[in-house]
Amino acid sequence: MSDAFAIALVMGVGSVGPAIAIGMLVSKGLEAIGRNPEAASKIQTNMVLGMAFAEAIAIYALVVALILKFV
Amino acid sequence: MAATSLHISLSAEPVLQLGGLILTNSMITSVIVSVLLIVFAVIVNLSLTQTSKPTGLQNLAEWMIESLYSLVHSITGDLKKTSLFFPLIATFFLFILFNNWIGLLPGVGSISVTPRVAHAETATTEHTTTEAAESLTHSESTLVESTDHDTVVTDQGTGEHTAVTMDDEHTDTPLATNTETHETPAAEHAETGHSSTVHLFRAGTADLNTTIALGLISVVLTQYFGFKFLSLGYFSKFFNFSSPIMFFVGLLELISEVGKILSFGFRLFGNVFAGEVLLAVITYLAGVAVPIPFYGLEVFVGFIQALVFAMLSLVFINMATLGHGEEH
Repeated sequence: MSDAFAIALVMGVGSVGPAIAIGMLVSKGLEAIGRNPEAASKIQTNMVLGMAFAEAIAIYALVVALILKFV
Repeated sequence: MAATSLHISLSAEPVLQLGGLILTNSMITSVIVSVLLIVFAVIVNLSLTQTSKPTGLQNLAEWMIESLYSLVHSITGDLKKTSLFFPLIATFFLFILFNNWIGLLPGVGSISVTPRVAHAETATTEHTTTEAAESLTHSESTLVESTDHDTVVTDQGTGEHTAVTMDDEHTDTPLATNTETHETPAAEHAETGHSSTVHLFRAGTADLNTTIALGLISVVLTQYFGFKFLSLGYFSKFFNFSSPIMFFVGLLELISEVGKILSFGFRLFGNVFAGEVLLAVITYLAGVAVPIPFYGLEVFVGFIQALVFAMLSLVFINMATLGHGEEH
């Protein structure tokens, strides 16, 4: 029971930061593309790269949750 | 019990034993991917022709190589560096991409076999399902109780025999747990088949060993290329005695290199393994047709993660070769 609660907490709290980060990244990326559409591909590449970094933090939380769940 | 037919294992499971080497399902799959890539490369190489209009396999191969090459060149911006880094980065990309995608094929994660491993029985059952783990702990606790009882009995009998019986128990314990774990799952759910079977295939990148190994290769080669381009000046990034602040910055740089390995490994492993768990859970919950959009998502995630791994390796290697001229 307490295990399930810990897993839910890890995943829930651990997703907040990356969610905000990805939201900000995409909003700024789209703003930049809107301002300068010729650079769209370059901005997109860097945006996806940054998103992968932010997402990695959520993935760490996920790995911890999975370890708690299955080990 | 909802989790009876859902088989999720955090680590790769041993399938086969060759001499002293235990082959896990992830190793088998990554060897298959390597062989496929090598065979593809050899076939393309043998059928290369000098034309301005390539067709078929050669067209595909040229398209792959050209787009990867231009991607690498757009980051390095230097033809010499591009031709030096390109083989490594392209290998990372293709190997990870096909490892990610082979995990989505039907049959991977659905064909089960009984492991032919001598000693790893406890290791497999430890990680299979939560239920198996529970039954294992149950059997262990009962076993401990019984052995305690035995020692008490022998203690009462003759004092000098206790050491011998203790030794016997130590050698007996794995055997006893083996038989216990074999019996209990079969008895509990005989209709679902053996709980001790493992999957024959598992995506290579869904094993933390593979991804950490890839991360290690990437980070060690970053140091190698940094040393190659800047010689000893490269290490002034880590060991800088010009001021106390720079010394601590160097320490942080060292830590960040170690962190890179973990970051590479966990990012890839987490994404691929989470995808597998997601698909397994959705399939288990909803059954037919509902998992199809998630398969699409996983194809995309597999591609993005392969790209991210290759691009990050490239960016780190490129940064290491540039020195810290831009910091001043």
